Amino acid sequence: MTTTSGPTTETPDPYAAGTRDTTEGTVYTVTGGDWDTMLADAFQEERIVVNMGPQHPSTHGVLRLVMELEGETVIAARTVIGYLHTGIEKNLEYRNWVQGVTFVTRMDYLSPIFNETGYSLAVEKLLGIEAPPRAQVIRVLCMELNRISSHLVAFATGGLELGALTAMTNAFREREMILDVLEMITGLRMNHAYVRPGGVAQDLPPGAVEKIRELLTVLPDKLSGIDKLLTGNPIWQARTQNVAHLDVQGCLALGVTGPVLRSAGLGWDLRKAEPYCGYEGYDFDVPTTTDADCWGRFLVRKQEMWESLKIIEQALDKLEPGPVMVEDTKIAWPAQLALGSDGMGQSLDHVKKIMGTSMEALIHHFKLVTEGFRVPAGQVYTAVESPRGELGFHVVSDGGTRPYRVHVRDPSFTNLQATAAMCEGGMLSDAIAAVASLDPVMGGVDR
Amino acid sequence: MGIEEKIPSGVVLTSVEKVVNWSRKSSLWPATFGLACCAIEMMATGAGRYDLARFGMEVFRPSPRQADLMIVAGRVSQKMAPVLRQIYDQMPEPKWVIAMGVCASSGGMFNNYAIVQGVDHVVPVDIYLPGCPPRPEMLLDAILKLHDKIMDEPLGSNARRRELPGYAPRELVASSQRYSSDGKVDHRTALRTELMDGPGGLVRADRR
Amino acid sequence: MSVTPQGSPPPRPKPDGEVETAPAVAASSASAVAANVAEPDQGSDMFGAAMGGDTSGFGGLVRTTPAPASTPRPYGGWYDEAVDALVEAYPGFGDTVTRVVVDRDELTLHVQRDKVADLCRHLRDDAEHRYEVLLGVSGVDFPEQAERFHVVYHLLSMTYRRRLRLETTCSEADPHVVSVTDVYPTADFHERETWDMFGVQFDGHPALTRILMPDDWEGHPQRKDYPLGGVPVEYKGAQIPPPDERRSYA
Repeated sequence: MTTTSGPTTETPDPYAAGTRDTTEGTVYTVTGGDWDTMLADAFQEERIVVNMGPQHPSTHGVLRLVMELEGETVIAARTVIGYLHTGIEKNLEYRNWVQGVTFVTRMDYLSPIFNETGYSLAVEKLLGIEAPPRAQVIRVLCMELNRISSHLVAFATGGLELGALTAMTNAFREREMILDVLEMITGLRMNHAYVRPGGVAQDLPPGAVEKIRELLTVLPDKLSGIDKLLTGNPIWQARTQNVAHLDVQGCLALGVTGPVLRSAGLGWDLRKAEPYCGYEGYDFDVPTTTDADCWGRFLVRKQEMWESLKIIEQALDKLEPGPVMVEDTKIAWPAQLALGSDGMGQSLDHVKKIMGTSMEALIHHFKLVTEGFRVPAGQVYTAVESPRGELGFHVVSDGGTRPYRVHVRDPSFTNLQATAAMCEGGMLSDAIAAVASLDPVMGGVDR
Repeated sequence: MGIEEKIPSGVVLTSVEKVVNWSRKSSLWPATFGLACCAIEMMATGAGRYDLARFGMEVFRPSPRQADLMIVAGRVSQKMAPVLRQIYDQMPEPKWVIAMGVCASSGGMFNNYAIVQGVDHVVPVDIYLPGCPPRPEMLLDAILKLHDKIMDEPLGSNARRRELPGYAPRELVASSQRYSSDGKVDHRTALRTELMDGPGGLVRADRR
Repeated sequence: MSVTPQGSPPPRPKPDGEVETAPAVAASSASAVAANVAEPDQGSDMFGAAMGGDTSGFGGLVRTTPAPASTPRPYGGWYDEAVDALVEAYPGFGDTVTRVVVDRDELTLHVQRDKVADLCRHLRDDAEHRYEVLLGVSGVDFPEQAERFHVVYHLLSMTYRRRLRLETTCSEADPHVVSVTDVYPTADFHERETWDMFGVQFDGHPALTRILMPDDWEGHPQRKDYPLGGVPVEYKGAQIPPPDERRSYA
């Protein structure tokens, strides 16, 4: 649409409508009444590539989103991951089977108990043993507590990213209560290394059951508080309804499991479909919606917290006295742990026995602690239902004391592939809501 | 550190120095650099129970341009290290760094190819905070120790080692070259040599 | 074929600063005594261990990684009818599936690497199988085998509540496996990860690039001959070598 200058004797009118190219770009001159014709090409070509870099308050961790935007609409969205790759799977090949728990627990750092349980179940399957019933009940107890705390963080960070800052302060307050309980049972607030192949590391300390029952009386009020804060909130509804739609076919094609799949209408939950750790004995529902959008996922996670409370109560009633580690002494940790003057450590009775009375016990202790137990060769795949979806462990053993290969099928890794399908066509802020509703934990994504 | 570098030393009085340092420590604004598990504990420290707002620090600035404290919370992978450096460079002076957790301090339990063995390979660190993850109380303790450190900062141009002769910035080499397996450079030797025998390139925590 | 005991380091130059053990001490005291005493060879002791006092491989112990043999019929459970249905409905079953292994309540089909996508399509679409979901693609490295890279696919049928594993192999010289992204779009990230970690190239993948490591990284970290890459750690005056160089008691 460039105008040519007139006869060479006339100077061109600088205010005539037209375009000319300069070193700074194209310059458009408009005279009025011709905006739509003049600038039609300018608007159409205006696409910018925006990088929401790995350091960003709203990308839910070290996730990089590269988006091509036309105005506010996302034309293409790609996720770049790997900024938290830790080489955990390779590290596991240089550690014992039991030491592997400490590595595996740090992958999906918001649901460490699930990582540990999945890994322990896989190792137990390879060993051909089963954890004693009390250990299984304790595992269920810790898993459901972890599920509630993980969903609370999902609301907290989701709210933070969408601008609801009080969601964060409220949800973290409840999470602190749950972490207190987990600290009492396992010793640590996060990354517990509590669930081990064969059972759990230690029995519940005295007072734990009472503390959990107390928590069960306090939590329902707090969870209704989150309900009141967010569910009826018109801003929250407007931000999450009809945003990031992904129907069942899309979910299955992309391998998405967990609350995202359940929000699309398919009630697939491994606790019901392929029960482990005694889940078939518990009475709970699997919440689903048919909305398939952020709002549906929010509702599913909220209801799952209530169901977890039900399971915890049933688990407390199921607790029977008994061992918490498998009886087989070739696998169980040899030492009896007891609280001494300098903290938790070997009980002095055990030390007296192995140092004073029995040489075989000393050798046995030494071999188990330094080498670890041997796992027969083979490969297994075990899956647990983590708060984000199906967390699977493909463990290969060559008959030795160290894992030969452990691959973790992390739900966040697979769920993140759905970002492009969910974001494209929507607005930029909806992309944030989409990622928040997927609730990826980058430690699990990158491992 | 800041504007006082332009003032010839000796002009600024001690009490002014104390006031400046006090004001700097009383409202340290952290930049969000939460990476992994330690980030959750950092968020918990900012939340209700272990309140960071009582130290003036509850505003985690997303933009490094507005922040003066970078709490590196979590394991820094090889891919993330240049990003870390860029965010650090974008922060205006005066700035401080807390390496939160063992992964940030020294690589932690992940002694392998993928994790930078201590963020002091990338940025100068003021306070190292061990723990996996450190409890919120430990993070608060580290912040309070940083407050003490800030209070002791001398004002004026001779506070910076960077002005001293012999300073040479560390050469940035692509990670694939540094860790390549062609046998020419044993990366462990190269790293250790650089740390200990290099031309004073890496500014370490005892610089001030 | 045998594999060296786990934990023994791949051959590479020793990091300096390593603590010298007995041979050097003997050398220094011996040289103090008599000048013409030969320095002991710092290669290895009589068991072949090179780190002085290391008892790995004691008695020449080596551990082989067993390749699973095909399980004899009947498999038990639903495996028989599933495999029978596959034999009936899938043409060329004999060419595609080399081995059927049932171990620890899991069914594994060992498949030819160029037939994986086709078999997956059949397993997804056939009414008898209906494996709607591919859970993941990963790799395992068996360096002592000729076809060292095993690529493992985990399938899930929600309709029948069944799981299936497919396993293919490829060698280092020709690390190509056909991609299943046409059949299961979820394989996108998983195959990129397997390429990144093992170096297995998936033909037909839309964009096979590194996903976990930086884009310019050299090497494939999850291979068994790639070092763990740690640094020695100084702790209370001692130098602790990284985990892949420590003495192993296994």
